[in-house]
Amino acid sequence: MSDRILVGTRKGTFAVRRGPSGWKPSLLGHGGQGVNYAARDPFTGTLWALLGHGHWGAKLSRSKDDGATWADAPQVKYPAGARHYVPPPPSETGAGEGAPTLKPATLLKLWVMDFPRKGRVLVGTIPGGLFVSDDGGEHWELNRGLWDHESRGGPLWDGPGNGTTKWFGTPAAEGDFAPGIHSVVTHPKDPDHWIVAISTAGVFETRDAGRTWRSRNQGLVMDYAPNPTDEWAGHDPHLVVRCPNQPQCLWQQNHCGVFFSDDGAATWRKVSAPDAGAHFGFPVAVDRDDGRTAWLVPGKSDMHRTTIDGGLMVARTTDGGTTWTQLRKGLPQEHAYDVVYRHALHGDGDRLAFGSTTGNLYVSEDRGDSWRTVANNLPPVYSVRFG
Amino acid sequence: MPTVELTSHLLHLFPALREGPLVVEGRTVAEVVAALERRAPGFAFYVCDEAGRMRQHVLAYVGDRRVTDRGTLSDPVGPESRVLIVQALSGG
Repeated sequence: MSDRILVGTRKGTFAVRRGPSGWKPSLLGHGGQGVNYAARDPFTGTLWALLGHGHWGAKLSRSKDDGATWADAPQVKYPAGARHYVPPPPSETGAGEGAPTLKPATLLKLWVMDFPRKGRVLVGTIPGGLFVSDDGGEHWELNRGLWDHESRGGPLWDGPGNGTTKWFGTPAAEGDFAPGIHSVVTHPKDPDHWIVAISTAGVFETRDAGRTWRSRNQGLVMDYAPNPTDEWAGHDPHLVVRCPNQPQCLWQQNHCGVFFSDDGAATWRKVSAPDAGAHFGFPVAVDRDDGRTAWLVPGKSDMHRTTIDGGLMVARTTDGGTTWTQLRKGLPQEHAYDVVYRHALHGDGDRLAFGSTTGNLYVSEDRGDSWRTVANNLPPVYSVRFG
Repeated sequence: MPTVELTSHLLHLFPALREGPLVVEGRTVAEVVAALERRAPGFAFYVCDEAGRMRQHVLAYVGDRRVTDRGTLSDPVGPESRVLIVQALSGG
């Protein structure tokens, strides 16, 4: 288990270290800058931070000396000619919506990364491009298999493709409205086998390092569509995670509930329990060894997006979502309106940590049975990763 | 050759540009940005996106005139011009 937690916040990267007197946060870098995601490459020890500079755009930053110094890495850029269909804006004339329009792609947001094997780094971005480096981040390539996928219009480099898209957008797109890849998970035994999840399009899988992709939306339910179980109903996974030691088990906190798969994402089963509070939210964490054990930090419906009745609660299942237990010991139960973003809950063995947009950070060392408050006044927390 | 002034925010991010006065070659704003990129690799992607367009929340002036061609930065720059690049105050 790691004795350090990397925390990406709206105003910098923090390290939270476990010492004799408990977990203590300190600023590790990027003071004043937005950090969407911070993580350690387990193969090389390099620390990475995905920055959102506001005025100056999205930037990759890395540290090769464990956080003592940081420098910009070679940057992720959309190649010339990369285009995508943008959904039509709502009509202002009452004449109905127009057709999607083709737009050149430029980087809006760096959102998540993963490390399939030594030297390989994957980055999920908005507007929906997956970038791959096979030399430790020195060079980046837009994955054409996913970018040119039929569901997105087909190849659009020189023509209109098939003329439309089944991908929609996310309001997380830095003021724009475009699809976003927020989940990139590698099969622990196969560095060429990846699953990505996209708001809003659903789940995709490749087993050949991104050459070919297929959707993995079977069993998902999109409550707000006329055809809720359609492959392209506009499924909105908020986060997908995979059990390291039982990789056939995957979890998904979706806009429309909690979904579990025990067949490698071939099919999903809705395991929400609204009466137990386990339904809406953003993050999900799965146990390292037991794929049927998972944790959520639920919120109160998509209309509210706060805690349920002002009390902060973690929901845990140990039976694949058949039953859920509410874990509240050590968490504030009055006047607490913490919102926990999708990357801001993480587990490492018996330890769990999560941070909220109100700048609170909580750690458990007993699988969620009890919690300690580690910080109350951090900037809004975007990501929490042990490492 | 034109003289460039940058917001302190950019000077903080690119210490190589702190030594003043910042005099570079360039007959257009695009050429000035390219010259700054040569002096401080990575600079251009802070001011422009990967298509070469000035970022939405960045402003540039030649003298006291705001740059109008934000797509290709073709606005002319004279040998005595002063080029100013700052962040836009986009509210808040």
